[in-house]
Amino acid sequence: MRKNNVNQELNAIRNDQFDSEIEKKDILVVKNLKKYFPLGSNWFKKTTSFVKAVDDVSFTIKKGNTLGVVGESGCGKTTLGRTILRLHSITDGQIMYDNIDIRTIKKRELTKLRPKIQIIFQDPYSSLSPRMTIGEIIGEAVREHKLVPAEEHRDYILDIMKSCGLPPYYYSRYPHEFSGGQRQRICIARALALKPDLIVCDEPVSALDVSIQAQIINLLVDLQKKYGLTYIFISHDLSVVEYISTEIMVMYLGSVVEQGTKEQIFKNTMHPYSKALLSAVPVPDPDVKKQRIILKGDIPSPANPPKGCKFHTRCSECMDICKTVTPILKEYEKGHFVACHLYPQD
Amino acid sequence: MKLLEKLKTNQEKKKALAKHYISKEQIKKTAKENSRIIKELEKQNNRKNVPEEEYLTEMKNPNNVVEFDDLHAYFFTDAGVVKAVDGVSFDIPKKSIVGVVGESGCGKSVTSLALMKLLQSPTGQIFSGEIRYNAKNGKAYNISKVPKIDMNKIRGKEMSMIFQEPMTSLNPVFRIGDQLDEILFLHFPEITQEEAKQKSISMLNTVGIAMPESVYSRYPHELSGGMRQRVMIAMALSCDPNLIIADEPTTALDVTIQAQILDLLRNIKNDINGSIMLITHDLGVIAEMADYVVVMYAGRIIEKGTAREIYKNPIHPYTIGLQKSIPALNLNDETLYTIPGTVPNPINLPNFCYFRDRCEKRFGKCNGEYPKLLQVSPTHHVACYLAEEIAAEFAKTKKDGGEKNAKK
Repeated sequence: MRKNNVNQELNAIRNDQFDSEIEKKDILVVKNLKKYFPLGSNWFKKTTSFVKAVDDVSFTIKKGNTLGVVGESGCGKTTLGRTILRLHSITDGQIMYDNIDIRTIKKRELTKLRPKIQIIFQDPYSSLSPRMTIGEIIGEAVREHKLVPAEEHRDYILDIMKSCGLPPYYYSRYPHEFSGGQRQRICIARALALKPDLIVCDEPVSALDVSIQAQIINLLVDLQKKYGLTYIFISHDLSVVEYISTEIMVMYLGSVVEQGTKEQIFKNTMHPYSKALLSAVPVPDPDVKKQRIILKGDIPSPANPPKGCKFHTRCSECMDICKTVTPILKEYEKGHFVACHLYPQD
Repeated sequence: MKLLEKLKTNQEKKKALAKHYISKEQIKKTAKENSRIIKELEKQNNRKNVPEEEYLTEMKNPNNVVEFDDLHAYFFTDAGVVKAVDGVSFDIPKKSIVGVVGESGCGKSVTSLALMKLLQSPTGQIFSGEIRYNAKNGKAYNISKVPKIDMNKIRGKEMSMIFQEPMTSLNPVFRIGDQLDEILFLHFPEITQEEAKQKSISMLNTVGIAMPESVYSRYPHELSGGMRQRVMIAMALSCDPNLIIADEPTTALDVTIQAQILDLLRNIKNDINGSIMLITHDLGVIAEMADYVVVMYAGRIIEKGTAREIYKNPIHPYTIGLQKSIPALNLNDETLYTIPGTVPNPINLPNFCYFRDRCEKRFGKCNGEYPKLLQVSPTHHVACYLAEEIAAEFAKTKKDGGEKNAKK
C-alpha cells in the first residue's frame, strides 16, 4: 500500500524526455561516469591532482540481468558500485535509474529512491551492528521507509528471513552468534527487505569458505529468479563472476578495457589484460597444465597512471603506439567492446 | 493464580536456557582442571639446559623431512577442551609440496603452528603425539619434546613460515632491510653489518623485487600487497631452510599477483632443494602446486594421497562435495552443488563420524564410532565406511603381492 505511494512519488520526479532514447527494459543507464578523489591542492586552495578512481565508464543493464564487474584491487570497481548508490558524490557523467537522474536528484527524493537500490557489502563481520538483534538489523530500514504497517512488521521480517534461509528463532539473536555464511545471509535479507529492484553486490562471497560460498551464490541466484532482481556483481574471482553474470565488464585502473556478454568475454577474449586474468585462475585439476600469461609487476598507482594505454606497462603485446595514444572503447561485435590498439581503432 | 503460572513458565524457560549455557560452577571446574594440565605441559616446555639426547629420535623413513605421528594439539578453554588437531599423521617427503586443504577452523593452521611450536600458549598445547623433523645436519628431532629455548635455534634456520597477511606480519615501524637483517644476526651472530646487508639484498633479488637496494630502505606501508608477500618470502628464505610452511600465502592477493607468487614458490622449491607445506582453502591452488594433498575436517584427516588421486578419484563425500562446489570456469548453467549445514562445534565433538550429519551417502554403519583411516592404494588413505570394500580389496592384493615376493 505504502509502496504504491512511493512509486507514485517517484513517477513525479521521473524525467520523461529520455523515454524515447532508452528501451523500457533498461533499468540502469550509466553514461561517461567519472569519480575523482582530490589529492593535493595548490597555493590558491584549488585541487590540482586527482585519483581517477572511475574514469569514463558507460554501461546499461536490462532488468533481471546481472552485470559482473571484474578487476584487480584498486581498479575502481568498489567505487563504481558505491557511486551508483550515490554513497560517493558524482564528479561527472550521468546515472539514470529507471529514468531518474541520480546525479541531480534532491536529497529528499534520493531518500525515497533508496529502497529501490540496495547494496551487500564485502565483509559480513564489520557491516552488521553488534548492538542490534537480527530482527532490528533487517527491520530498521523497513520501519524507516514505512514499507509495511507496524502490526505486520514482525511477520514481514520473518517472511524475508525465511526466504533467505534464516530460521525464525534468529530474530532476537545478535550478530556475534553467527558464522560468516549466516552473517552474509543476514546482509542479503537486510537488502532484500526493502523490495529493491537493483542490488549492488560488492564481493559478497570473497570472505567465505568454498562450501559456504556455493550456498550464498545459489541463494542469490534463487532470489533473482523469485523476485526478478537485477545485480551488479563486483568480484575479483572470475569463476564466480562467470557463474552468476549475464554481462561482464573488465576494469583496469578506473577504465573499462573490455565489456560484453558472458559468452563473448569467455569464449572470444580480446583484450590482453582479460586474457591474463582468465589464465591466472587456478584450475582444480592436476592434469591441466595451462599456458599461463603471468603479468609482470603490480598495478600502477591510480594517482599517477601511465600515459597512453594504462595497461602498456604490464602488457606482453605492447607496441609503440600504446605508450602515447589512449585507445578508445570500440564495439567489435554486437555488444562486445574492447579498448586496445591490437584491433583496428577507426 | 496467573502470577503463579507466570512464575512456573519463567522457571521452565530458565531451565531450558540452562541447557545451552554453561553454569559458573562448571566453568570454574573446567578452568581448574585445565590449569593443572597446562602447568605440567608448560613445565616441560620451559626447561633449560636439556641434553639434546632427550629430544633426538629417528625418522621412520629417511626420505621424509617431517613426519606427523598421531599429533594432538588442544586448546584448553574455560568452555572446554577444543581438540583443534586430533590424531593427525602424515609425512612431508623431501623435495615435494604437500598441500593441506580444509574449511576455516578445520585445524590446518594449528597443525603448522604445532610444527613451528608457535601455538598460543598457555591455552594452546601439543597434548601428545610426535612430530619428527629431519634436520640439515642429519639428526632427527622430536619437535613436540624440544623445549622453548632450543626451538629458537631450529625455527627460522631449519624451517620458516610465510604468513597469510603480509601487512600484519611485517612490523610497520622498521625498515624492510632492518627486518631482514635481524634474522641473519640472530642465527649467525658472527656476521657483520655489511655482509648482512648484502645477503638481504641478494635475497630480495631472488624473490624478484625490481630495485632491491631501494626496497631495502623502505617501510612496509610503501609496498604493495604482492611486494610485501615477496619480502615475507625473502625473509623465510634468508637462512636457507629445509622446509617452508606457507600458510595461505595468496589468499589476500589478486589473481594475477597470486599467479606470480605461486610461480615464485615453485622456482624457490627447486632452488633451495627443500619442501613446502602449503596450507590453503583454494582447491585450484593446491591442484597446481601440490604433489601430495591432505584433506582435513574438524581436526582430523579424512583423506590423503597424491594430488591426482584426490582430484581424479576422491572417495570421501566431503572431498567430492568440496570439488563440486567450486564454480569452475566453462561450466554449464546448473545450480552449484552445496554441502548442507556447517562444521560442527569443536567442543564436545560426537563419537560418530563428524561429517555424518552433512553427508548425503550416510548409512547405518555411520552411526558407529569414528571411522579409521583406511588404505585404498599405496599412497591413498580415506577415513570413511564407504571405502571399506576398496580397502579390503587393496589389502588382499597387497597380501598376495607380499606372499609372491616372499616366495621369490
